[in-house]
Amino acid sequence: MMLAYIFAALLALLALGWAFRAAGRAVTGGAPYFRDMPLSIGFGYALGAALLLWVGYAYVLARTAPPEVANKLFFLRVAVEGLVLFSVAGWLFRLAGRHIGTAASRKLFRAMPVTAAFGILTILVYAFVAIFAGWLAPFGQAEILPQANVIPGGNPALGGDPAFPLGTDQIGRDILSRLIYGAQNTVGIAFITTCIAFLLGGSLGFLAAVLGGWLDQLLSRMVDVLMAIPSLIFALLLMTIASAWAGSERWLLTVYMILIIAVIDSTRVYRLARAVGQNIVVMDYIEAAKLRGERLPYLIFREILPNATAPLLAEFGLRFCFVFLTIAALSFLGVGIQPPLADWGTMVRDLAAFINYAAFAPLAASTPLLAAGAIALLTVAVNFVVDWMLYASSGLKE
Amino acid sequence: MNSVVTIIAQRLALGLLTLLIVSIVIFAAVNMLPGDFAELILGQGATPEAVTAIRSDLGLDQPPVARYFTWLGGVMQGDLGNSFAQANFANFAGADVNSGLTSVADQIRPRFANTMFLALVTAAIAVPLSLTLGVLAALFRNSLFDRIANVGTLTSISSPEFFLAYVLILFLAVLNPWLPSLSNIYDGMGFGERLQRTLLPALTLTLVVTAHMMRMTRAAIINLLASPYIEMARLKGLSPMRVILRHALPNALAPIINVVALNLAYLITGVVVVEVVFVYPGIGQLFVDSVKIRDIPVVQACCLIFAAAYILLNLTADILSILSNPRLRHPK
Amino acid sequence: MSDDLLLKIRDLHIEGRSDETWTPIINGVDLSLKRGEVLGLIGESGAGKSTLGLAAMGYTRDGVRISGGTVEFDGIDLVHASAGEKRELLGKRIAYVAQSAAASFNPAHRLIDQHAEGPVTHGVQNRSDSAEDGVELYRRLRLPNPEEIGFRYPHQVSGGQLQRAMTAMAMSCRPDLIIFDEPTTALDVTTQIEVLAAIRDIVEQFDTAAIYITHDLAVVAQMADRIKVLLRGDEVETADTRVMLDTPQEDYTKSLWAVRAFQRPTKPAVLTGAVPLVSVRDVTAGYGKTTVLRDVSFDMHDGRTVAVVGESGSGKSTAARCITGLLPPRSGEVLFRGEPLPADYRKRSRDQLRQIQMIYQMADTALNPRKKIGEIIGRPVQFYTGLTGRARRKRVEELMEQIELPAATFHDRLPSELSGGQKQRIGIARALAAEPSFIICDEVTSALDQLVAEGILKLLAELQDRLGLGYMFITHDLATVRAIADEVVVMKEGRVVEQGPKAEMFRPPHHPYTDLLLSSVPEMDPDWLDDLLEERGRANIGDAAIENMD
Repeated sequence: MMLAYIFAALLALLALGWAFRAAGRAVTGGAPYFRDMPLSIGFGYALGAALLLWVGYAYVLARTAPPEVANKLFFLRVAVEGLVLFSVAGWLFRLAGRHIGTAASRKLFRAMPVTAAFGILTILVYAFVAIFAGWLAPFGQAEILPQANVIPGGNPALGGDPAFPLGTDQIGRDILSRLIYGAQNTVGIAFITTCIAFLLGGSLGFLAAVLGGWLDQLLSRMVDVLMAIPSLIFALLLMTIASAWAGSERWLLTVYMILIIAVIDSTRVYRLARAVGQNIVVMDYIEAAKLRGERLPYLIFREILPNATAPLLAEFGLRFCFVFLTIAALSFLGVGIQPPLADWGTMVRDLAAFINYAAFAPLAASTPLLAAGAIALLTVAVNFVVDWMLYASSGLKE
Repeated sequence: MNSVVTIIAQRLALGLLTLLIVSIVIFAAVNMLPGDFAELILGQGATPEAVTAIRSDLGLDQPPVARYFTWLGGVMQGDLGNSFAQANFANFAGADVNSGLTSVADQIRPRFANTMFLALVTAAIAVPLSLTLGVLAALFRNSLFDRIANVGTLTSISSPEFFLAYVLILFLAVLNPWLPSLSNIYDGMGFGERLQRTLLPALTLTLVVTAHMMRMTRAAIINLLASPYIEMARLKGLSPMRVILRHALPNALAPIINVVALNLAYLITGVVVVEVVFVYPGIGQLFVDSVKIRDIPVVQACCLIFAAAYILLNLTADILSILSNPRLRHPK
Repeated sequence: MSDDLLLKIRDLHIEGRSDETWTPIINGVDLSLKRGEVLGLIGESGAGKSTLGLAAMGYTRDGVRISGGTVEFDGIDLVHASAGEKRELLGKRIAYVAQSAAASFNPAHRLIDQHAEGPVTHGVQNRSDSAEDGVELYRRLRLPNPEEIGFRYPHQVSGGQLQRAMTAMAMSCRPDLIIFDEPTTALDVTTQIEVLAAIRDIVEQFDTAAIYITHDLAVVAQMADRIKVLLRGDEVETADTRVMLDTPQEDYTKSLWAVRAFQRPTKPAVLTGAVPLVSVRDVTAGYGKTTVLRDVSFDMHDGRTVAVVGESGSGKSTAARCITGLLPPRSGEVLFRGEPLPADYRKRSRDQLRQIQMIYQMADTALNPRKKIGEIIGRPVQFYTGLTGRARRKRVEELMEQIELPAATFHDRLPSELSGGQKQRIGIARALAAEPSFIICDEVTSALDQLVAEGILKLLAELQDRLGLGYMFITHDLATVRAIADEVVVMKEGRVVEQGPKAEMFRPPHHPYTDLLLSSVPEMDPDWLDDLLEERGRANIGDAAIENMD
């Protein structure tokens, strides 16, 4: 029965697509775009229009319908509003960037897609929150308050409390404060880890590319072996051992985690740095510098590194995302960043049970998603920027 | 033809060698534990006699190299040792360590089957879906569809697996109770019911893997369509369909096989988190549980299995792309 | 008369997209082609030749669009034709031969399958007839083993043969028009000859009209009835081949012709007993197990240019790597002013390194894209002479004056902001900065357009006269050799085949390989190919000639 409906809907869309194409041809008098249009594209337009209509209808319903229906569509409403809000923010930020700043930065913003502008804006906001977490957070990250299980939204009628705009968790910690401190802890630790991974993998990779020979062979084979074990699995294995070493010193476990993930991820950085380095080393200008009699530091720092910044920067963004997600996953699994430090992965795990209240108390269910969304938003933002950087650098080469 | 056989034989040998070295790395890592297993099992209040007894039971009084080969020999025969959690229990119960216990292998076997089932369901959905979407995005590149797909896949790739999992739970299990949010699977369950309970974790993994696979497929196809021989085919007046089917597809095989294999390898990592979210009784969940209680033999065994699967998939990708390369299939 | 027109292009405008804006590639070009006529389309890189050639098929690449004008093929408007209507014509009545045959054949299918695809799709012939016809075409194009070669995959066939197979494929439907897009540019001179001859014969036999796109004047002179000269998307002039060659009208065309006229006065012979600046003694060298150079010896003197010529893979560049010390020879040695140089450059003193400098073929990869011009030239100045600050800057300005680029404009630019010729000049300045006595020029002009290349050659000649430099000039282009060399070393398969003063080398009798090489270089005379083929005898050209020689 269900299948029949779907089939009928598809047929209707196909007919709609055909009609759209026919109308296009008639109105434009056979403009090449409509004349050469395959039916599949017409179908695509019809499908897109149908989806857009449905979302619009659901959104209106979410705002006007009584709670038992609207509750079901609450998250759709949030998604639509969030999407619009983020697009507008990104667009405004780009507009501002086009008019403020140096000539070079303005030129940069002019060629930037909205997604990248949004990404840069988000990264800036996260950085700000992470650095000033101590000032921004209303409560301490481990502070246990008498009010537990306060519903987010700050509306007393719905079980909220204006003092805790995002509510409190089961044992009475302020969720907003923990989210803000989470930015400092999670993002900060991921950043440090990525930096170590880059220092390690980057320098060894370039050394292998320039010197070649047995050093290159040795390092590359070692990296091959380390990369043959899936990184999360390897991290979990090493964390088991690290937890035995750390014993009851929980901060030590966090340090071990940083080192473990840095080493595992440095293998990926090594691969890239070596590949980029090798591409540059075969250039004639490197040969010219070698034949001039230049020493190794000059070759690496003055000739190779300036040409490797673009791919390395992009890789830094991607690596950061990866490290960040790995740490979040470890914390979510309970073996990452340790309490009392507030951290998003741990928060998701602690608050996950709230999601089952979504049907009647959508606000309560949103708390685990807030923490998970905070992780997703940052990685999405970084990926948008990196994607644009890669696209821009590949475009310049053509 | 001979050269292909040689190359494949080389790759196989290399894969085996890698697996061997990986097993050494895992074994060495485990042996970096402070103290030894015996103390770990018994805790601090253990009497020296009990420690010595366990030590000789587990063969810990042997030198590391000998222990490695004993372990490896066991692994070859499917004997992965006994789990500490069980050993610990047995010890307190006063029973002999080696009698009447389920071995690690017995513990892993049913869960391994469950994980394979999850991976298969995921692959069955994700592979056709992402290949279709990837090819479409490549064909209509820079169109609205392509841009939306780009933003969508980027978002999906960047989100942590548990975020996607909870969003799916929210929409498909809580708000619209279509699928169960917990995947309790047991033996003797009907296929339909099993499938229904596996669907939500499978969909989560599909979201993650599809994004990767689709982007890689798109890149591979665009790269291919830029080749001069595709332009040549167009200039010969062939229909777009024929250009795709006859000229693009045979050459797209190698990159696509690569994409699929690489992403199935990626599934291995994703499976751990997703199984925990849905309490899916697979090997990933067992792994995480064992990590938490430091059940070393199980951790070691799971790690080896994951690594082996990962290496095997990469090896398959490698060999298949060699086989599909006309230059190697028809040597000069 | 106008009914005889096959292709008529009127006021064609084409634009290409770069960074969201459309920039013109072709600005209002007219073109007419009669049935059976061959039109040569020449111009430097960026002139829009290929774009125009493709537009004649109603085809534009991604990111390129026709923004105005008409293309009419046999009365059909190709600009406004639907995709389906164009597909009817492409391959059947208009065919295309691409520059790189190796990349334009699908690696997954046999040659004959790709050959027969067009006729079968267009319903001209069935599969077996078309395959038979293919064998016949292969035979006419003088491919070896015409019955067998079609069953091979593209990577199993050599470049020159593939190019002929592609011509056969273009012929498969007996089209009215074929577009040849630089079909011989990627080939060695000796291979080029046979492909040219084959193409010309078959086009004549079937009375096919053709547009022959190339940057090589001498080639177009052999192939075309009429020549059209393009410059940056504009037509410069059009005339019959003989008229154009005898009396070019426009300044630009004249300057193109003049390149070939540049020739340095011959220098007096080197005194016997003079110590050579650099001499290569019995050098054998190679990579891994393969040996590339075998017992190579030659001398080079102060103030002289030694041209080392040979086809790709003959070991020219490897010889240069032995001299610079990048590739230590297995045996033999390199002497500098009579003193042996350490084989490995890492063991050479800074002064030894300074004396021998190099200029590279690809200026793009020879200059660090992240360094400003002042730094690129300034670094060797500082490194070798120790000058810093203002003194260094002054020396850099002197050097830039020598290469005729004003320091005020170029000192702070990045290489990407310079044209190809300017970049090559910077490469020269960097070599001069070391104040060397010997410079290796590795194909320095082959990536440049003719006019620019001529400027570089003149500059190099002038610098030699002024500074008394010795040059080792690696090239595969004999026109360049004629222009600049004092002595010539001919290499083939890692051995020196013949060497001596230029005058002797260009005068018979030669070693047979030198003969083949010399005679294969196209000349501006439209009758050159005919005369040559007559002389060699049709069956005995190219591949066959090389094989017979050994």
